[in-house]
Amino acid sequence: MSERVAVRKTYKLFIGGKFPRSESGRSYLVQDSNVSLASRKDARDAVVAARAAVKGWAGATAYNRGQILYRVAEMLEGRREQFVALGVPADEVDAAIDRWVWYAGWSDKLPQVYGGANPVAGPYFNLSAPEPTGVVAVVAPEAPALLGLVSVIAPAIVTGNTVVVAASPAAPLAAVTLAEVLATSDLPGGVVNILTGKLTETVPTLASHMDVNAIDLTGVTDAELATELEVKAAENLKRVLRPAPADHDWSADPGVTRMTVLLETKTVWHPKGV
Amino acid sequence: MFEYAPAPESRAIVDLRPSYGLFVDGEFVDPTDGGSFKSINPASEEVLAEVAEGGSADVDRAVRAARRAYEQVWGPMPGRDRAKYLFRIARLIQERSRELAVLESLDNGKPIRESRDVDLPLVAAHFFYYAGWADKLEHAGFGANPKALGVAAQVIPWNFPLLMLAWKIAPALAAGNTVVLKPAETTPLTALLFAEICQQADLPAGVVNIVTGAGETGRTLVEHPGVDKVAFTGSTGVGKAIARAVAGTRKKLTLELGGKAANIVFDDAPVDQAVEGIVNGIFFNQGHVCCAGSRLLVQESVAEQVLESLKRRMARLRVGDPLDKNTDIGAINSAAQLARITELSDAGAAEGAERWSPACELPERGFWFAPTIFTGVTQAHRIAREEIFGPVLSVLTFRTPAEAVEKANNTPYGLSAGIWTDKGSRILWMADRLRAGVVWANTFNKFDPTSPFGGYKESGYGREGGRQGLEAYLNV
Repeated sequence: MSERVAVRKTYKLFIGGKFPRSESGRSYLVQDSNVSLASRKDARDAVVAARAAVKGWAGATAYNRGQILYRVAEMLEGRREQFVALGVPADEVDAAIDRWVWYAGWSDKLPQVYGGANPVAGPYFNLSAPEPTGVVAVVAPEAPALLGLVSVIAPAIVTGNTVVVAASPAAPLAAVTLAEVLATSDLPGGVVNILTGKLTETVPTLASHMDVNAIDLTGVTDAELATELEVKAAENLKRVLRPAPADHDWSADPGVTRMTVLLETKTVWHPKGV
Repeated sequence: MFEYAPAPESRAIVDLRPSYGLFVDGEFVDPTDGGSFKSINPASEEVLAEVAEGGSADVDRAVRAARRAYEQVWGPMPGRDRAKYLFRIARLIQERSRELAVLESLDNGKPIRESRDVDLPLVAAHFFYYAGWADKLEHAGFGANPKALGVAAQVIPWNFPLLMLAWKIAPALAAGNTVVLKPAETTPLTALLFAEICQQADLPAGVVNIVTGAGETGRTLVEHPGVDKVAFTGSTGVGKAIARAVAGTRKKLTLELGGKAANIVFDDAPVDQAVEGIVNGIFFNQGHVCCAGSRLLVQESVAEQVLESLKRRMARLRVGDPLDKNTDIGAINSAAQLARITELSDAGAAEGAERWSPACELPERGFWFAPTIFTGVTQAHRIAREEIFGPVLSVLTFRTPAEAVEKANNTPYGLSAGIWTDKGSRILWMADRLRAGVVWANTFNKFDPTSPFGGYKESGYGREGGRQGLEAYLNV
């Protein structure tokens, strides 16, 4: 009997919980695979999907979001070998799994640490609480392909934002495979949307999109492009996270800034009286 | 309606000099190119003083002074000593509060009742609050060793000149930064008096620099390569321009911009209280308030009753001399602002909304605008979408809570909102859904240094006040 012929995977985009090809019908050869070359229209479609998911995800309880992020860690653990086979070092996969666990725990703690009662000088109840800003466009770092990607997605979504991620153009396979993990983790469709292809094609569309609330430029290495994107982002005053320095240590304690920069503090007042 | 005898606050307490230089490196200095402009009393159009206009050389000098002070004095100084300077400033403001209040009303046009009872107490409280943070930054939740950013460029508006100065300078200094602040062109005088207070407090030279001027001076300051931080309060248009200008730089940016807040009145709200809240929401400070409740959303079933009561109340508002202690509504801050309010109000009438103002005698000189409401406003009308920044209220109606949320959020802004209802669970349900940085329930326009303030969406980013307000001035 002849040797079994393997079933190869088609690497597609991840939009609204589904895996469509680029509407442009294009793909590009990278990491020995054909990967979808997302168009501007795909970017806009992804924003529509992300916006549609905001209400349910931001409105979910923190406990629920925490459990789902933990579920992502469980699923990733189970597919550990799959990422190793893609060339992701085993310790990077471990670190990525642990990072999901770390962020999962933040869902119901950040509002306690970051918000709280304010002792105003008057007879008022006054409470500040962080809320998600909405739809966040994220440029994932070029490397490390998996840990870098998880480190920018998890902090954005744990608080209730939804994201459109431009994956590393040179190493997109981990991103598409992570999408398969997310799709089987009870994460509602549209909370994470992943585009593969050229940053110069999709990211300017996201940066100037009027229904995007924030942009994380972490993975932009071209300073001129970063400036151009920040200028576009000013049109509707997107919150901007500037590019990470080239020597950024992705294995270090991430701190809370990646979460807090994508939050809005809402303060509610009410008089006290009888 | 009974008459009030005039009750003017004496302006003798204010000792104005005919002209003021820039406050740079601890001294008042003449501008390099000798430019100047006049600051006038908007209630009388009388010239109050001649004020220096800072050019690019002046901005550069101020930024260098701030850098020097940051590197040599303020940065290395222990937090407990920075705290004591800030406490000193808070005390001096309290001691000189009447003088500052009168000057604020003279230069800005706001009623003395507000500058005396709202602005000044909050200014002192703000310095007092942030003074206490200066030696506790490691406990503020930003890591074990948060660091100052360096030199902060701060540009503030004319609606609360001294209060906005306090919101900017107090947290910046507490966190260990030095500042160059540009007050608004029409209201520079209390900032210059504040400079004298810095001298009186023996604040080290260069820690606070005040560069007066117009938009061009502000632009030069914001774009100066020597600043590490930009903080701006003002219009959304200028805020966007600043966001573009700092793109690609290291400068950290916080913006507190415009608003078009919905003040939502449900059918179970106590009408009299709600009407007081509506009046406070839109007529406080002549409506020159970024978080003003400029869109009244009233539940259809009580709309008639609320409007009738509101009109009755508006007929009793006293418009006139800002220094009169009985005045409710003072002067519009400038001819330009009056023109903007007039233009938008005319557009409201032209677009088909129904305009109403109480009979109201306005002084002949100065800039005045009678309190005005528009009924029959739709969401597409300009007066329902654009910030008027004046005593003009647009009234819309709704039937269900969901419709109220929908209409309230139907704006690019997201600074504040108001809810009036007797039902607690409805307040919390609404508060969760309103996309606004401050939600006042059964109250409006309340401020406190411990309470973070700032917007969602195109109302800007970052928060001022509270623990959160420190974040803008730390490397976190």
